Order: sequence, then structure tokens, then C-alpha cells
Amino acid sequence: MEAPLIEVAELYKSYHRDSLEIPVLSNINLEILEGEFLAFMGPSGSGKTTLLNLIAGIDKPTSGKIMIGGVAITELSETELAVWRSRNVGFIFQFYNLIPVLTAVENVELPLILTPLSKRERRAHAETALQVVGLAERLHHYPRQLSGGQEQRVAIARAIATDPTILVADEPTGDLDKASAEEVLELMERLNRELNKTILMVTHDPRAAERARSVRHLEKGELA
Amino acid sequence: MELLKLLFRNTLRHKLRSLLTIIGVGVAVMAFGLLQTVVTAWYAGVEASAANRLITRHAVSFVFSLPLVYRDRIAQVSGVNKVTYASWFSGVYIDKNQFFARLAVDSDTFFDVYPEFMIPRGQFEAFQRERNACIIGIDLARRYNLEIGDIMPIEGDVYPGQWEFVVRGIYEPRDQTTDPATMMFHYKYLDERVRQEMPERAGEIGWYVVRIADPGDSARISQEIDNMFANSRAETKTETERAFQQSFLSAASAVITAMNIMSFVIIGIILLVVGNTMVMSARERTHEFAVLKALGFSGSQLFFLLAGESMILSIAGSALGLLVTIPAVDGFQTALPKGWFPVFYIKPETILMGCIAGLAVGLLASLIPLRRVLMTRIVEGLRYVG
Repeated sequence: MEAPLIEVAELYKSYHRDSLEIPVLSNINLEILEGEFLAFMGPSGSGKTTLLNLIAGIDKPTSGKIMIGGVAITELSETELAVWRSRNVGFIFQFYNLIPVLTAVENVELPLILTPLSKRERRAHAETALQVVGLAERLHHYPRQLSGGQEQRVAIARAIATDPTILVADEPTGDLDKASAEEVLELMERLNRELNKTILMVTHDPRAAERARSVRHLEKGELA
Repeated sequence: MELLKLLFRNTLRHKLRSLLTIIGVGVAVMAFGLLQTVVTAWYAGVEASAANRLITRHAVSFVFSLPLVYRDRIAQVSGVNKVTYASWFSGVYIDKNQFFARLAVDSDTFFDVYPEFMIPRGQFEAFQRERNACIIGIDLARRYNLEIGDIMPIEGDVYPGQWEFVVRGIYEPRDQTTDPATMMFHYKYLDERVRQEMPERAGEIGWYVVRIADPGDSARISQEIDNMFANSRAETKTETERAFQQSFLSAASAVITAMNIMSFVIIGIILLVVGNTMVMSARERTHEFAVLKALGFSGSQLFFLLAGESMILSIAGSALGLLVTIPAVDGFQTALPKGWFPVFYIKPETILMGCIAGLAVGLLASLIPLRRVLMTRIVEGLRYVG
């Protein structure tokens, strides 16, 4: 049997507001195989974004363990975690989060600055990533010159440019019209199918969830 | 794409704001440079002081004269290798707004003790030969369009009467701190007329300048000179030339200190201007910094982006300010009555301080926004709505 890429064990997360402890996730146990396309669904406040953030290493759990590719990321320091993220995680955000003063190709190149690639290699990687998402003609366009769907595709190109272990997408179609959302989902599906990318996606949209290979529901901080 | 490119693009993101910040820093640096230059001008006499020169004056006040006969006795004190003397002539040249020092000096010795007045040999020899000849600084020659052979009529006040001097020498200052606007003539010429018109003041001089062999010996020599004339009708006070010059500044010391403090308060204002811009800039980009942190950018890389942007603004502003300071200093000097500050120049130290202030302000102004960026958790930054 194939070993899981991601193992989440007895994960708890709570927030403190003044003296009040607010539980967000409790007793989460989860295994995700490499090449999986998993969607997390659930009502607002169910903890799905928090779970995604913990797996992506941009938040710390209150207790519990997360192993990704054999690395216990919950035991890494902030600096180690930053290095780990740069090599292993590609982020796709709801509002794209592109840097407005950089062109499409420069935005895609941004995470590659953290790699040992030369300037020429970085540019080649970034251009290839933009070709993959179908934006080879928009290399030198600034985000303000692109449609929402195109911006999200640039964000996806940025996420895949470093060839990360996992792609995490938080409501990737939440800010898009129906046609653009379809394009983005089609692209993610293709990345999973053709490039065997492991994708974790948080969504409210049942049509988006249908594109995933599997769906997990969260209710009040627990996996259903 | 390099991080440097992002740094420059960020700096130009709000062009108007960046421009206003640069202009604000520039104006402040110019004000700093101007104030520091005025302070320098006040201290020019002190700066020009030589360590091997002592001044012997009347113990009660500089305005009282000393007998010329003291000269030979001072010269006998061990460690003294030359004595010269001078008298403050004052007088009115053209009108009362024309300020410059007019001194009657012992022409045989004065220029040996003050080698910083550089006079061509031929001109000095002509000066020595003519009883009512004078030597003027290059600044006076330019200011009043005077040439060798021109007459300088002066109406005396300390020494009443009409006086006429012939310009026989024009000196160049050796150092930037040397007064280029002094007029000097033969004490003998003064004394001759004084003997005829004011015989009770004959044989009196203003002060002695004592050149000593070893500056380390100045305290002993000063003491010996003053002891020599203790309980006489004209007791002396001997001090280093620096102390003598500083005593002139004591009355204005509060103003000078205030100007000095103000110039550094201005640095604080620059810090606030750049700091405010950087805080606004970083707050607007909270989301972007969170994204960069999520992508794996380290604290030092974020520091580079923030401090770099801050330093570009402050260095550009400082460069602009220093550039504008040069014409501003010229304009300031032109606006003042002639001769108020005979030595008025921007010290290299002032430029250096302006540069250091620019760098330090740039660095310091980035620290508060940097702390905020580093302390903000990624998830909080991503949720931030500006």
C-alpha cells in the first residue's frame, strides 16, 4: 500500500480572544496520497481554511502533528518552515494576491528568486509556467491589464513555477465569474491529471468540488 | 527579475507621495546644512586659531590698550620665539554697513606670525616701502573692485579723522578658515598721526600676538607673561588664540547652541517624514508582505525591501538637499550685510553629516514598519483589509 504524502494526526487548533478559548479544529486525523485532488467543504467557520493553512505551514496548530513528505512540519522553526514552504507549497488564493507593480512573468518569477536558479533559468521556468496556464501572450502584462480569470491563472503559474510537492487553493474560484471559474478549475484538474500535482482546495462551490477526486466535509471543526 | 527591481518599483508605486517625501527630506537637509554652515561661520575664528599663538590683551577688557613697551619684555620669556602686535582701527569705509576688520599691524613681524595671509613677495615689498600702504584680502578686492594702487579712504572713529590708504597688496587665504576680508596697514603710520593729534594715546597697541615654540608650553608662558605685568597700570591676560576667539563667542553662545540643537531637531523631522511614508507604505502592503512570507521570503529579504525603499527615499532627499544647500548658502550670504560672515563655506563635515543622516534616517525609518511586518502572522496579513 502506498504511503500517504500528507499525514495529519490528532490536530487541534484554538484561538484566544481575551480569556476566552475558541476551538476551531479538534481531533483532525487525515491521510492524503500523492497525486490526490482533495476538496474541503463546509459552512463558514467550520475550520476548512484553518486546516488548509496548517497543512500549508502558514499557521501553527495548538497541538497535533502534520507530516508532509516525511517532514514533521509542526516541529519546524519559523525560518525552517519558510524554507520548507518555498520548496514544497504552491499557493492559490481567492483574490490572486499578485504584486501589482510586477508583470505576469515577474510575478511568476517571484518564488523562483528563492531557488538557486540563474536569472536566465528563472525566466525560462516562469515563461514555461505561463505557457502551461495558457498565458504565453500575456507575459509582460501587469495584473491591472488582465481579467480576473487571467490573474488567477497567473497565480496558478506562480504556484507551480517551483514545482512544489503540494498546491493549496483557498476558494480559487470565489472571485470569478462562471466562465473564468470553469477555466481555472479545468486548469487545476489538468495539473492534477497530467502533472500528478497533489492539490488541496477549500471551496464553498459544489461545482468546484465536483472537479476534485475526493471531498471531505468539515462541521464545527471536525471532519465529517 | 531581481528583488532589487521590486524594491525600485515599490519606491515608485506612489510617485507623488515619494516625490513629496524626497522634497520634504531635501528641504530639511538643506535647512540642516544652512544652520550648520552658520554655526561653522561663527566658529571660523576659532577654527582658524593656531595652537602656537597666544594673545596678550588688557586684563580688564579687550577695548583697553597696552603699552608698546611690553613687547621687548614679552619677547624675553623663554619659549617665545616671536612677538607681534595689532590695534583695532575700525572706521567707516563707504558707509557703516560695510563690515570688515581693519587693523594696524606691526608690518615687520605680523605676517611672519600669520603665514596664512599669503601675499606675493613683490606686493609685500611695495607695501613695506610705503607709509600709508595697506594689504587687503582677496574678498575685499572683489567686493569693492579694488586693485593695486587704488585709494581706500576711511573715516576714523576709534582714531578720528580722514585716513587714506593705498592698496599695495592683496592676500589670498591659505585655508578655508582664514578670513579673506581683512584690511591691514602699518602701525607706524597710525602711531605717527596719533603722536601729533592724540599724544596721550601714543605708544599704545591693542593686543600682542605671541608665537611660541611649543604649544604644550602655553599655560606656563601665559602665566609668566601675566605675572610680569601684575600690579602694573595695565595688567595683562594671556590665553591661547583659540580661547581668545572663543571669548568673542560667549555672548552669542546661547544662539549658537540653539542653532546647533535646531539643526539636529531637523534630522528628527526628516526621520518622522520618512518614517510616516514607510509606515503608510507598509500598511498598504500588509497583504503583499503576507504573500511574500507565505512564499518563503525571509525576514532579511523583507528588511531589504523595506529598508531599501526607505533608504532610497532618504538618500535621494539628502542628495537633493545637499545639492540645494550650495546655492542656498550663497543666497544666504548675499542676503546678509557685507562682511557679517567673512568666512562662510560648507564644511566637508556638514556634507558628510548630511549623508550619514540620510543613511541613518533611511534605516531607522524602516524599523517600525519592519517590526510590524515581521510580527504580523501570515494568516492575519492575508485576512487584512486595508
